[in-house]
Amino acid sequence: MRWITEFLTSSIGKKLVMSLTGLFLISFLIVHLLGNLQLLISDNGKSFNIYAHFMSTNPLIKVISIGLYAGILLHAIQGILIALQNKKAKGSKYAVNTNANGSWISKNMALLGTFILFFLCVHMGDFWYKVKFTDTLEMITYPGVDYQVKDVFKRVAVAFENIWIVIIYLVGLVALGLHLIHGFQSAFTSLGLQHKKYTPIINIIGILFSVGISLAYAVIPLIMYFSKLSNY
Amino acid sequence: MQLTLKVWRQKNNKAEGKFEFHKIQAEEHMSFLEMLDVLNEKIVSEKKEPVAFEHDCREGICGSCSMVINGRPHGPQAGTTTCQLHMRAYKSGDTITIEPFRATSFPVIKDLVVDRSSFDNIIQAGGYISVNTGQAVDGNAIPVNRDDASDAFDSAACIGCGACVAACPNGSAMLFTSAKINHLEKLPQGKIEHNTRVKNMIKQMDKEGFGKCSNVGACGVECPKEIPMDNIAAMNRSYLTSVFTKE
Amino acid sequence: MKLDSKTPEGSLAEKWTKYRGSMNLVAPNNKRRLDVIVVGTGLAGASAASTLGELGYNVKAFTFHDSPRRAHSIAAQGGINAAKNYQNDGDSIYRLFYDTIKGGDYRSRESNVHRLAECSTEIIDQAVAQGVPFAREYGGLLANRSFGGVQVSRTFYARGQTGQQLLIGAYSGLSRQIALGKVKMHNRHEMLDVVIVDGKARGIITRNLLTGKLEKHAAHCVVLATGGYGNVFYLSTNAMGSNVSAAWRAVKKGALMANPCYTQIHPTCIPVSGEYQSKLTLMSESLRNDGRVWVPNKLDDAKAIQQGQKTAQELKEEDRDYYLERRYPAFGNLVPRDVASRAAKTATDEGKGVVKTGLGVYLDFAAAIERYGKSTAHTKGISNPSSAQIKELGEEVVSQKYGNLFQMYEKITGENPYKSPMKIYPAVHYTMGGLWVDYNLETNIPGLFALGEANFSDHGANRLGASALMQGLADGYFVIPYTIGQFLSNEIRTPQISNESPEFITAEKETRARLDHLIDTNGNQSVESFHRKLGKIMWEYCGMSRNAEGLQKGIKMIQDLREEFKKDVFVPGVVEEFNPELEKATRVADFLEMGEVMMRDALDRNESCGGHFREEYVSSDGEAERNDEEYTYVAAWEWLENGKPQVHKEELKFENVELKTRSYK
Repeated sequence: MRWITEFLTSSIGKKLVMSLTGLFLISFLIVHLLGNLQLLISDNGKSFNIYAHFMSTNPLIKVISIGLYAGILLHAIQGILIALQNKKAKGSKYAVNTNANGSWISKNMALLGTFILFFLCVHMGDFWYKVKFTDTLEMITYPGVDYQVKDVFKRVAVAFENIWIVIIYLVGLVALGLHLIHGFQSAFTSLGLQHKKYTPIINIIGILFSVGISLAYAVIPLIMYFSKLSNY
Repeated sequence: MQLTLKVWRQKNNKAEGKFEFHKIQAEEHMSFLEMLDVLNEKIVSEKKEPVAFEHDCREGICGSCSMVINGRPHGPQAGTTTCQLHMRAYKSGDTITIEPFRATSFPVIKDLVVDRSSFDNIIQAGGYISVNTGQAVDGNAIPVNRDDASDAFDSAACIGCGACVAACPNGSAMLFTSAKINHLEKLPQGKIEHNTRVKNMIKQMDKEGFGKCSNVGACGVECPKEIPMDNIAAMNRSYLTSVFTKE
Repeated sequence: MKLDSKTPEGSLAEKWTKYRGSMNLVAPNNKRRLDVIVVGTGLAGASAASTLGELGYNVKAFTFHDSPRRAHSIAAQGGINAAKNYQNDGDSIYRLFYDTIKGGDYRSRESNVHRLAECSTEIIDQAVAQGVPFAREYGGLLANRSFGGVQVSRTFYARGQTGQQLLIGAYSGLSRQIALGKVKMHNRHEMLDVVIVDGKARGIITRNLLTGKLEKHAAHCVVLATGGYGNVFYLSTNAMGSNVSAAWRAVKKGALMANPCYTQIHPTCIPVSGEYQSKLTLMSESLRNDGRVWVPNKLDDAKAIQQGQKTAQELKEEDRDYYLERRYPAFGNLVPRDVASRAAKTATDEGKGVVKTGLGVYLDFAAAIERYGKSTAHTKGISNPSSAQIKELGEEVVSQKYGNLFQMYEKITGENPYKSPMKIYPAVHYTMGGLWVDYNLETNIPGLFALGEANFSDHGANRLGASALMQGLADGYFVIPYTIGQFLSNEIRTPQISNESPEFITAEKETRARLDHLIDTNGNQSVESFHRKLGKIMWEYCGMSRNAEGLQKGIKMIQDLREEFKKDVFVPGVVEEFNPELEKATRVADFLEMGEVMMRDALDRNESCGGHFREEYVSSDGEAERNDEEYTYVAAWEWLENGKPQVHKEELKFENVELKTRSYK
């Protein structure tokens, strides 16, 4: 069994952990987006709230969500540790800094990641924490639904009335998009999945995905903010 | 042309280093190292200690030069070692900052000279084919696919200069190690020990204190022999395969 | 002194086989108790150290580089010869032997050369097994190309970096032995003296280049694989660090320097561009397959070109002198290196050079580009191609063949060789001379061996292309591992050699005094400036052509320079620190003595042969003229205490080949 610890502590083992947790989090981003786009259905939050209820009560989802939290933590902690180790391995920095040999993004993944983590805390504190651990949300019943659900939609709508919160989200999403631009294709390289024919395709998909998913997420606070404005 | 040089001076590994400024008259046909020769002649004529820098073949193959010029190992030109870089790449009035390769596993010995023996240690951990002199079969006994031989050469072109480590913001030696592993893996003779080689060399690489690769790609850009980063992905694959499928 | 080559009896083809089979052996349990020092880790040193380690000896290897992989063998471009006859073109061991003897202008030892040809085939097998990525044919078998002056294709190659790939192979084998603990590697250690105990070489004094501290290393025998001395000319294709010191220290302890005047001047190097020039870069010999060498016919044109008022393209065909094609119609641009170099010198001496300094000739690819362009157009079915089309197609072909060389040329000169012809000039490249060794590669000091370029034995007065790699590896992989047993089999009762004997202590003291003297001189001139001056004297009086008057003058000038060096050199810093200037100073001090021996040898040899061209000994049509009657011998020089070198002679007997005049007309 020693091979497992040896592998996980090797540099490539650590990369593998980053790569697999990263890809797992990417898959979560897709699911999360599909759910959240229901915020934009004009049914006063009915579908979204029912969906939110399902997500917080379904036992299978609960199990998966534990995996998700673990994934986030592992990705973040491992990432920070690697960044610290790399800083030590680099020693001192050059007097002249250049991005002529590599993009700013790829050289600042840890910075972007930390920023995303910070954003995630804000985001989860705003919604996840309030939904799960406080009674500040109103309960609501919908015709045809025989159980009460929390009005998460309202909480979201209220939050996105605040221009500052919208800005924080937009900045957070820019960081996410940048992180993904490098992270997506990097995950494949770390797994050794590189091929002269397919890697260029993966790279294009990676960029399209990173930009696309960030934009799709950004649409939600923007639409909600501006539709509120037009309501007044 | 009139140049200002901002050169890193450091007495030894324990001493603090600092930049020293020199004005120098250079000619466009000089190589970068010849320009430093002129500087050193000037310093020696003032009875001071010249700038120590490593160099030997001065034709881009021995891998001795180890300086970072304006933030880039071996300077601005692609596929060019410092000794092959010529002053026509600069213009009069330029300030050129010259630093040693920086990485914890490449400690500075003096000025621009660094200790790269960690590379030798990685090779000693398995960068060879275990064959004694006299044991070999006829050179044509085992045909080698022409493209494989060519691919092997592409990786084997590594001159062991360490620019990859110097360029990497993480101080990682993945490009060097992977180039050696892939060179041997591509050849039938090298496949036999491939699995143990991959594991042992990576273990040694980690032991030497090199950083972890985050696929920035600066190594491939700065490599004077233009060895691509694909080598790293191939090594990752080899390592994962050998860890998960072999004893 | 009687020089015994110890050549075994028997017919030429059987000597080595028989000798190998009847040599004294050292049993494995005894090998473990015997220490061997190997100095130098180029092709010869690395292959010797790893093979001796594999056999079971305790090897201590030394290099002044930071890693064994940096030795200058790495810079060899073209390839390595082997008599494999894979091309079925009539090659054989005998033919390789014959070509080498003839190429060496009949000044090498038959038995050694034949052994070299025999070992050549095994080298390829060994290198392939080590993972050297030689060029392959589509069917997966080894590819060959032909090389200077021979009529078969026997050169194996790995693009233009054959030396690098072979060295990495030898280095990886060495690394394996280091990992196994059989070789103890000492990087950044420079040998500064050899220690003789009771007449046998028993160790060396080294300086740890990082700390500057002197160390005493003892062993049962010492192997020197420390390369050639071409840097005595300051400007050469050698690496900056290449030096004669290890070999010269051996000479100072009684070893003999054989044929020091035989220097190979390579005809196709990039010309000197200014006073600051530190080294010269070789453009591969293969370029002469397609390039045409020429200078202007008229002095006026040459002058205008030198002053930048005219370009090569402006000269009409009839105003150009393709002098190699004119003088040597049979071989044309592909005459051997020594002939091509001398012809370039003749042309520039007449004032027809084409660079600012006057020292350069054209190597023109325009004709090749047009020829290839036309034939490609024909294969592609383009009828009546325009000249622009022809040029484009031709340049493509040339780029495929020599692309990386053209790129290198442009990097160094800033000129595009597709547009205007290359400018080239001869430069010092290799030294055929070296420590005198017998058939066992042992010098006249028992227990002191010399391999590779450091010895003199195989190339006579001129080396053929792609033979240096062959010799280095043959010596290291396949000769010394056997012949060292002839010495060591008598040493099995000798206990471990102590490095505390009076001989070691004296040698260390003397070395220390030498170093202190260099620092204490505290003069006004840099080491570099002395080296440049020495180089100029050597090139002027002992370069491509020599004459008695010049050599006498040169000797005097070197002696004066040596005295000046002793009084006025400035070496900064202290001994016990990392001090590259001090390293240079020790090397230049030795070059200052070696240079004189080279001149004395050149003065003594009243004939022209191979790399040694004496202006007084020329045939009526201006070609080199050998004097077989009087000079068919090896001149082995002893350095006497009074500073007057003395020559000892080993007669060369040719029993298998007939001595002929080389003609390329």
